[in-house]
Amino acid sequence: MSTAVKEFEWPTPRLEEWRYTNLSAIASTEWRSVDVAAPAASAGEAPAATLAGRATVELMFVNGLFVQHSGELPYVSASRVGNPRGGSALEELNAMHTTGGARINIPSGTIVPGFIHLLFVGDGDGIWSHPRNVIDVGANAQVTIVETYVGEGRYYTNPVTEIVAGEGAVIDHTIVVCDSLEAYHTGSLTIRQGRSSSVTARNISIGGALVRNDVNVILDGEGASLVLDGLFTPAGSQHIDNHTVIDHARPHCTSVELYKGVLDGNGRGIFDGRIIVRPGAQKTSSRQSNHNLLLSETAIVDSKPTLEIHNDDVKCNHGSTIGQLNEEALFYLRARGIGEAEARNLLVLAFASELVDRIKVEPVREQVGRALFRQIPERLPERRSRHSERSEESGREGHDA
Amino acid sequence: MKDRAAEGPEILRFAQDELKEMALLEIKDLHAGIDGKEILRGLDLSVDAGEVHAIMGPNGSGKSTLANVLAGRPRYEVTRGSVVYDGKNLLELPAEERAREGVFLAMQYPVEIPGVNNIYFLKAALNAMKKHRGEEELDAMEFLQLAREKMKLVELDEKFMNRSVNEGFSGGEKKRNEIFQMAVLDPKLAILDETDSGLDIDALRIVAEGVNALKNEKHAVLVITHYQRLLTYLVPDYVHVLSGGRIVKSGGKELALELEAKGYDWIEDEVAVAR
Repeated sequence: MSTAVKEFEWPTPRLEEWRYTNLSAIASTEWRSVDVAAPAASAGEAPAATLAGRATVELMFVNGLFVQHSGELPYVSASRVGNPRGGSALEELNAMHTTGGARINIPSGTIVPGFIHLLFVGDGDGIWSHPRNVIDVGANAQVTIVETYVGEGRYYTNPVTEIVAGEGAVIDHTIVVCDSLEAYHTGSLTIRQGRSSSVTARNISIGGALVRNDVNVILDGEGASLVLDGLFTPAGSQHIDNHTVIDHARPHCTSVELYKGVLDGNGRGIFDGRIIVRPGAQKTSSRQSNHNLLLSETAIVDSKPTLEIHNDDVKCNHGSTIGQLNEEALFYLRARGIGEAEARNLLVLAFASELVDRIKVEPVREQVGRALFRQIPERLPERRSRHSERSEESGREGHDA
Repeated sequence: MKDRAAEGPEILRFAQDELKEMALLEIKDLHAGIDGKEILRGLDLSVDAGEVHAIMGPNGSGKSTLANVLAGRPRYEVTRGSVVYDGKNLLELPAEERAREGVFLAMQYPVEIPGVNNIYFLKAALNAMKKHRGEEELDAMEFLQLAREKMKLVELDEKFMNRSVNEGFSGGEKKRNEIFQMAVLDPKLAILDETDSGLDIDALRIVAEGVNALKNEKHAVLVITHYQRLLTYLVPDYVHVLSGGRIVKSGGKELALELEAKGYDWIEDEVAVAR
């Protein structure tokens, strides 16, 4: 398998879409695939991440190989994709090496109860996997799907998920990246929306040493609507890069995009969001925002919202902000007896909660909440002393009467 | 030669007298400011438990600086003097410790904190204090009962409980929320920083009633205000006039009326003459 790596040409930071993210650490590793699935119970993070019993169906994959399912639905299976579609460089890489993933075919008019959980566990150093999920949602069908990525060790996951939303379909899709802090993750999500379909897609990236999330949505039928949410929380030396493209190809479509970053330590985050409104896409309504909270002086975020409008009859706006914790709010909480560390946590979680609260699937919302909690306390001690220095310097408002 | 055995009780009596004389809040020669600018210039003030003190003064006299220095707001620097509160050096405690010791500042501009639930926040605050005092923390039901009772006091609708802290509140609602928090936290020393500004007469009455309900022989209230009108409902035992960072005149409640009628200029003239 490793010979194929040499033939493949990795994208480099010379390319505009890869300006901020250098894949050389992944490219220079001799990755190997696993041929025989490990038992689920032995895979490090699997027991903690499973939602078996709570999900209507859960499919679990370890190192890209299907290991078990709980629950039963006729239109959900684990399978190889006959002829995987190419596309971007990483989608090509996935196509070359994939050993399959989830195949979900929701028949027209079917309303799937609860949610479908796809759990991908990476287990062990030097192993890569390339899950390929293909999701077809028929006309007026409704489904909620969650993909969770967890693991242990220095592995690499390069998943591709393709979603087609039929006419009037309603889809709620969540990706949670909670990979090990040594792991690499480059995920590609493509969504094609039919007429009057309604899709909510969100990406929550908390774990991983280097994470790249590519989201491409094409609003390809009149009256389709999209909500695209993202939350990324790089701390330590984590690097999380989000690239989204929303392509308004037809008239009367709506998209609302909100990404938030919480960055600490030497964490690095990127939001690069492009919205394209095609010449024929009249009456497009589109809103794009990216808000970032910097918790340390060494964290870095790049925010690059872009609008490309080829049409006069549209309502589009975008904005981005980068800020620090509100010192006034912090003092308010402390002045009521809440300790500084807890007050900071409270404010960080409050910032993130706008996105977390919108996760409809309760156990997933809880898991994400817990993962955020786990990540935040580590960040506190180094800041305590620095905070008091900074509060001296920043002259925002006077409070003398 | 004195009989040693007789000394014991005498010393004890002396200590007790000292304690009795020690005010709840004792500010001596306080110099403080912000961004290198000195605003308080030798302020002395003594507040006993059970008393209501009003601090009045023109804009820029240092009223809010005093409130913020007492509450421990970052960026305010004390350059000289001392503040002893309940036998402790208040100035060396961080803001949260002061709150847990019973100092409450009703803020002039309560900040909106989106995403932090009002009731969750207040429960965390109350339990932080209870923990500090070694008391048992309240569970959700007990807390809710207490909160409901206190909300009635300030005529705050229950719908505010589940909103984010101060988010979307009107000016009057924010001030009532401050008094509601005060009522729940039951502080020993309540400092009201211009709580009356921007309030209509009904809200003013509600706020004053909230404070009056809190008043007892163990608590003290420091009312910082520019105007006399709050003091109609919340009658002070002492009125102090702050000017140029020091208290230049003190008197009873009638002083407030005099200030209302004559403005602050005559005080400043009087001080100038005296100097």
